[in-house]
Amino acid sequence: MELTTLWFIVVAFLWIGYFTLEGFDFGVGMLMPVLAKDNTERRVMINTIGPVWDGNEVWVLVAGGATFAAFPEWYATLFSGFYLPLLLILVALIVRNLAFEYRHKRDDARWQANWDRAIIFGSLIPAFLWGVAFANIVGGVPIDADSEFTGTVFTLLNPFGLLGGVVTTLLFATHGAMFVALKTVGDIRHRARALAIRLGLAAAVAAVVFMVWTQVDTGDLSSAIAFTAAALALVAALLAAVKGREGWAFTGTFATIALAVTGLFLALFPDVMPSSTDPAYSLTATSAAATAYTLKVMTWVAVFFTPIVLGYQAWSYWVFRKRIGTHHIPTAELEHAR
Amino acid sequence: MEVVDIARWQFGITTVYHFLFVPVTIGLSLIVAVFQTMWLRSKNPDHLRLTKFFGKLFLINFAIGLVTGIVQEFQFGMNWSDYSRFVGDVFGAPLAIEGLLAFFLESTFLGLWIFGWDKLPRALHASCMWLVHLGTLFSSYFILAANSWMQNPVGHTYNPETGRAELVDFWAVMFNKVQMWTFPHVITAAYLTGGAFVLGISAWLYLRKRTADADRPMYLTGTRVGAWFVLIAGLGVAITGDLQGKIMTEVQPMKMAAAEGLYETSDSCAPFSVFTIGTPNGEEEKFAVTIPCLLSFLGTGTFDGKVQGINPLREQYRETYGQDPGATYYHPEDYVPVIPVTYWSFRFMIGLGMAAAGGAALLLWVTRKGRRPASRWWGVLAVSLPVLAIFANSFGWIFTEMGRQPWVVYGLMTVNNAVSPGVSTTEAWISLITLTSLYAILAVIEIKLLVTYARKGADPYVEPPNPTLRGDDSDDDAPLAFAY
Ligand code: HDD
Ligand code: HEM
Ligand code: HEM
Repeated sequence: MELTTLWFIVVAFLWIGYFTLEGFDFGVGMLMPVLAKDNTERRVMINTIGPVWDGNEVWVLVAGGATFAAFPEWYATLFSGFYLPLLLILVALIVRNLAFEYRHKRDDARWQANWDRAIIFGSLIPAFLWGVAFANIVGGVPIDADSEFTGTVFTLLNPFGLLGGVVTTLLFATHGAMFVALKTVGDIRHRARALAIRLGLAAAVAAVVFMVWTQVDTGDLSSAIAFTAAALALVAALLAAVKGREGWAFTGTFATIALAVTGLFLALFPDVMPSSTDPAYSLTATSAAATAYTLKVMTWVAVFFTPIVLGYQAWSYWVFRKRIGTHHIPTAELEHAR
Repeated sequence: MEVVDIARWQFGITTVYHFLFVPVTIGLSLIVAVFQTMWLRSKNPDHLRLTKFFGKLFLINFAIGLVTGIVQEFQFGMNWSDYSRFVGDVFGAPLAIEGLLAFFLESTFLGLWIFGWDKLPRALHASCMWLVHLGTLFSSYFILAANSWMQNPVGHTYNPETGRAELVDFWAVMFNKVQMWTFPHVITAAYLTGGAFVLGISAWLYLRKRTADADRPMYLTGTRVGAWFVLIAGLGVAITGDLQGKIMTEVQPMKMAAAEGLYETSDSCAPFSVFTIGTPNGEEEKFAVTIPCLLSFLGTGTFDGKVQGINPLREQYRETYGQDPGATYYHPEDYVPVIPVTYWSFRFMIGLGMAAAGGAALLLWVTRKGRRPASRWWGVLAVSLPVLAIFANSFGWIFTEMGRQPWVVYGLMTVNNAVSPGVSTTEAWISLITLTSLYAILAVIEIKLLVTYARKGADPYVEPPNPTLRGDDSDDDAPLAFAY
């Protein structure tokens, strides 16, 4: 296989990793006001993702870095073009990450309520904006002969883009609810499952419209297969949830997101940033790529280190495999004692 | 202001800010790992309490280092898209490798360390912190390789067809001779900073009246471990800095001349000026304290070496860089950086850093054999040490980066050609103002938290769980050892 194609696949793989993993911790974050009844339950939710959210987030950093190295033109056009939405994502991620670390550092209701807001909006905003961004990448944006984006923020807020945002938000919320159902015990577990089913139905409607739209616009046979598989996975996930099989239900939403993102990348290929101004200005995997030598170096690095990274990440999920409930949250006295 | 100026301010502010936290992370992760390992061997409760105490402060600091790093990763594409296009082939690789090798390692094992007290056997748990530290070293290595390439671009060719710098020798980039001294210099500076952090807080608690007498031996241990870190690292910083200066004189003679405000070439025995009072642009000196021949030694290794001056270098650069191969990558008006900035930042780096080392030596002396001087000024001195060290780092970077001006990649591309052509001044302003004000708020929150937790001192000893990897099922309902 050509190295440029291989690296297109690697970049797609990194985004899939990002959306499937950070997807559920975004979901957990945004559902906090809906699912948790009191502070202890909020803490249960936060602690389901506590040990892993940081590792999940690194996927986006590596996706960005890999795009920089393997497709410098793509990185340059995308990041300078989608300037303000990216800035908003950055701000959201900053406050959200700090919230996890700082929320419990003071025993003060107002302090904690403020950080709760940071978690909720810090999860909701990126979940929505990544959807908008990806819909626009696939759908095409105005790009001139110098590969420069010539639109404004409002160019990105078109119906297709907004629908993309709604789809990712709903899918991540469903995914997050499934995760809470899988990782908790007690009352919250059952509420999470019930909510996941309701959210999943809404997500299914939005996602199907979006996938059909994408398919009609830019799809081919391979993307059609991926989209169909994604839809089937979502149905399977919901059925499993109804049956109370939480492990399978979560696997189902995981597969749904992975397959839907695969479909998007298949619909995108061989372009990486189609131009709506003139197809001749589109950036393609070949025209945006780094040299063969750089790609070869990067391939060796990826071949050696990706398995190790996947290995220890999987191990950390295994270490924290146990469900938690309200009785696992240490009381204030206990925390003061240590 | 034009987009390029705004983008420069943003880069300077966000990077300096990121680097307030990074050296503390690098140094402190090592010292926490050392404390935890000491506890494993000694079983001394004090060592565990120190581990947990500085572990907590480490986490408060790490969180901000992390979030500000994300901005770094994205802003090359956002504000410097022409730069990214031009150098992505060379510069992108170390950044991507950093993510894969370093960030995954740091984040995963830090998660395991924070939440793993009741899940992992003790030795395995301690090695998680060692792995976090290893991650910070990887991270530094690759990002500094990228930065060193900007100082001394090697291992690439310019391709006129694509108008890009293309990688031809990856190993040349990884073992750039600038990198070979930059990396140890930055790492020893980070150890100095981490040591000053531990020393400052421990000594302050040790000397403080309020501290329970039973706790004083513990803080004395912290004081002495921190102080030795500072002293040994301080020696390393001076040695590596000296060697780095020689490479710098070789590859960027203008930077050395700018560091000294040396306008005319000095054929032998160039004096090192300790400080100068003169006209603001540094061209005329009114009063100066100098050490004869020291500059020659710093730059070349012999006391009668020749050091080139700014004026002849400027002429030489005009000739060398008169023709731009791509006709787009450089058009500087002048090849001289802002002299007062380079001159003073170089002195502040050395001065503040060495002052921190001097303070450490003093504290080590006055606390010898468990003495406890009564004057509260010793406590004030102690807490000022980490601040001095952190500022020394900032000045070092400001010197390095400003001394490279007007180049973004030395000899290849100037800064005004690096900026994103499609970004408007409004967008750039929004970004600069948003990030700067957000960072200011975060600084206040972070400092308050650090002060609160430092004041509280170490928590009392509780016997930590000693789990096996399989998990002890009988204890399934026990509260978590750590919860957010
Ligand atoms: C605690 C911090 C600290 C201390 C005490 C010193 N440095 Fe330093 N120095 C740094 C922290 C630092 C830094 C922030 O880490 C820099 C910025 C870029 C770099 O490579 O390291 C730096 C850069 C830097 C450079 C610029 C390299 C370049 O641009 O290529 C030189 C020549 C020196 N240092 C030399 C010294 C000397 C001779 C010192 C004598 C004692 C010294 N430094 C102490
Ligand atoms: C973390 C330590 C660093 C600090 C404190 C720092 C500081 C600075 C400062 C103050 C500037 C602004 C100079 C100006 O006015 O133009 C700057 C510019 C820049 N630096 Fe650094 N820098 C650091 C590390 C790096 C690294 C590791 C890289 C590359 C990977 C880098 C790349 C750049 C770039 C691209 C610019 C913008 C172009 C320019 O204005 O020169 N810096 N940096
Ligand atoms: C301008 C260039 C830089 C970029 C693009 C950058 C990028 C990043 C990113 C994305 C993170 C967050 C990682 C995570 O999620 O775990 C981070 C953290 C870190 N960076 Fe930087 N960084 C830069 C400069 C530097 C320099 C010069 C050093 C070291 C010499 C450094 C050392 C670290 C370390 C040790 C961490 C982890 C500790 C912490 O979060 O405080 N960085 N950086």
